[in-house]
Amino acid sequence: MTAHPPPLSAARIELQDAVEFIWHEADLLDARDYESWLRLWTDAGRYVIPVERDVVDYAGALNIAYDDGALREARVKRLRSGLSISAMAAARTVRTLSRFVRVRDEPGVLEVRCAQHIAEQKREHARVLAADVTYRIVRAGDRLALDLKVIQLIDSDEAQHGIGYLL
Amino acid sequence: MLHELPVTRPAIDYGALVRDDRIHTSLYREAPIFEAEMDRIFSNVWVWVAHTSEVPEAGSFKTTFVGRQPVIVTRDRAGDLHVLLNRCRHRASIVCEPKSGKAGAFVCPYHAWSYNLDGTLRAVPRDSAYTAEFDKADYPLVSLRVEQYGGMIFATLKDDIEPLASFLGPARTWIDLFMKQGAGYGIKVAGEHTFRFRGNWKIQLENTTDAYHFPIVHKSFLTSLDDQTGEQFDILKQGGWVEDLGNGHSVMVMMPHLIDLEENLDAPIPERFAALADELALEYPPHEVKRIVRAVGGTGFNLNLFPNVACSMSFFRVLRPIAVDQTEIRHVALAMDGGPEAGNRARLRIHEYFQGPMGFGSPDDAEGWERVNRGAAAGDDLWILLNRGADATGGDVTAETGMRAAYQMWKRTMLA
Repeated sequence: MTAHPPPLSAARIELQDAVEFIWHEADLLDARDYESWLRLWTDAGRYVIPVERDVVDYAGALNIAYDDGALREARVKRLRSGLSISAMAAARTVRTLSRFVRVRDEPGVLEVRCAQHIAEQKREHARVLAADVTYRIVRAGDRLALDLKVIQLIDSDEAQHGIGYLL
Repeated sequence: MLHELPVTRPAIDYGALVRDDRIHTSLYREAPIFEAEMDRIFSNVWVWVAHTSEVPEAGSFKTTFVGRQPVIVTRDRAGDLHVLLNRCRHRASIVCEPKSGKAGAFVCPYHAWSYNLDGTLRAVPRDSAYTAEFDKADYPLVSLRVEQYGGMIFATLKDDIEPLASFLGPARTWIDLFMKQGAGYGIKVAGEHTFRFRGNWKIQLENTTDAYHFPIVHKSFLTSLDDQTGEQFDILKQGGWVEDLGNGHSVMVMMPHLIDLEENLDAPIPERFAALADELALEYPPHEVKRIVRAVGGTGFNLNLFPNVACSMSFFRVLRPIAVDQTEIRHVALAMDGGPEAGNRARLRIHEYFQGPMGFGSPDDAEGWERVNRGAAAGDDLWILLNRGADATGGDVTAETGMRAAYQMWKRTMLA
């Protein structure tokens, strides 16, 4: 089940609070604590990994992922199922996020763009997945919630290898 | 004194490596065989390069590969298609860098030799330094033979090859059926997922006609579906079959009721398309809604065309051999050209669900293929079995008939 955050609040979100939230999310993903990750989201939140660059209408374009709450849950269920050979053999990851920039700062909403580097290791092959990531973080009662995450891989429009974990 | 080292390898007996019901593992792992394939197969048969919607008007171009050779697919001012080696005749630089776009000419970035859309050499800067014998007409971009069927554009480096129509043979009927998912609007390319796996290209070629793996490798996909859709994708129980179409082509029919999308239009709309049907009903009459919805889900078969493309249910699956143990695959999403936006969005979501590096299906395929590649390192004289359903005259969807067809074509082409 996705989380049902309390009604949104209009209090301003400090950049430092958003950064700590983002680092917390990164830590959950590297630890593959996907159930906790699901609870970070708003009901209407979107998890998007575009193929092309400079896409404005993600719904009208082909994406690597374009998940609403139901699809995020299905994705986590699949990764957890023990039935997917790529998920069971997923690479280990260590990710770092930095270069945080405010994109939109309104009461109760902070959009942050940042750089993400995922070091990935699988069967003697190491690689780095670099991306610009945009987060829309909203205040939901006394906590923050994720309303949009767009991961623009630096090579999204070139060939990828299979990815058995969450970016 | 130096020992005399052998510098040439013994000739490979390609005929002995492919039997009726099995192939030798060296076909997956030997680099000299891969090199020979690039020459004997990819330079000698019709190779798929584009769909017409990717080069819709004069000046449209797309860059791609025939085997390992970079090419440009262009449409000239008269609307004619050309497939040109993407290499300047002067000093070999790539002349067209973008993946696609529109151009009036191709200008080499190195010394500015410029070429028309049909490949003819238009201008050479400071050409007075060349001798009087230098004739621009002698130095066009090298042009491949190009033909199309049903919007599928193929090119070949072999000038005296049979016409595309005869190379495709009975596969043409299946291309016609596949294109019906345009719902009368026609088909257009709507984006693509590109991914690579560490393994030989033929592992992928086989996979498109391999129903046997589906309930195993894609169990996590199958369990994620609603009951009705899950039943439909229980492809071993639908009465399907595999058919050898000649020249290495084959069709694997997984869902016989979805062969002809313009039939059975009176059937009830599946539950998973109910919301889409409601949305379409605001603008389209009931009969048209049923036609569009049925087309949105795609066909129930995989048409495998030797050597590099498949019309797979609702998308094109294109393979590009890179090295003996490295293959690139493009899963090309298709939409109705000018069709309803809601229907095309639904097609994109269906494509994303299974395909791509994070889809619910493709990563498991890729993981399986890489394990084949790693396992194939074992054994000195072991074979890959293709004997499943060897007695089937058409009744078993898991028969390896399509693989046997492809490898017999492989053998004929390698020995030609």
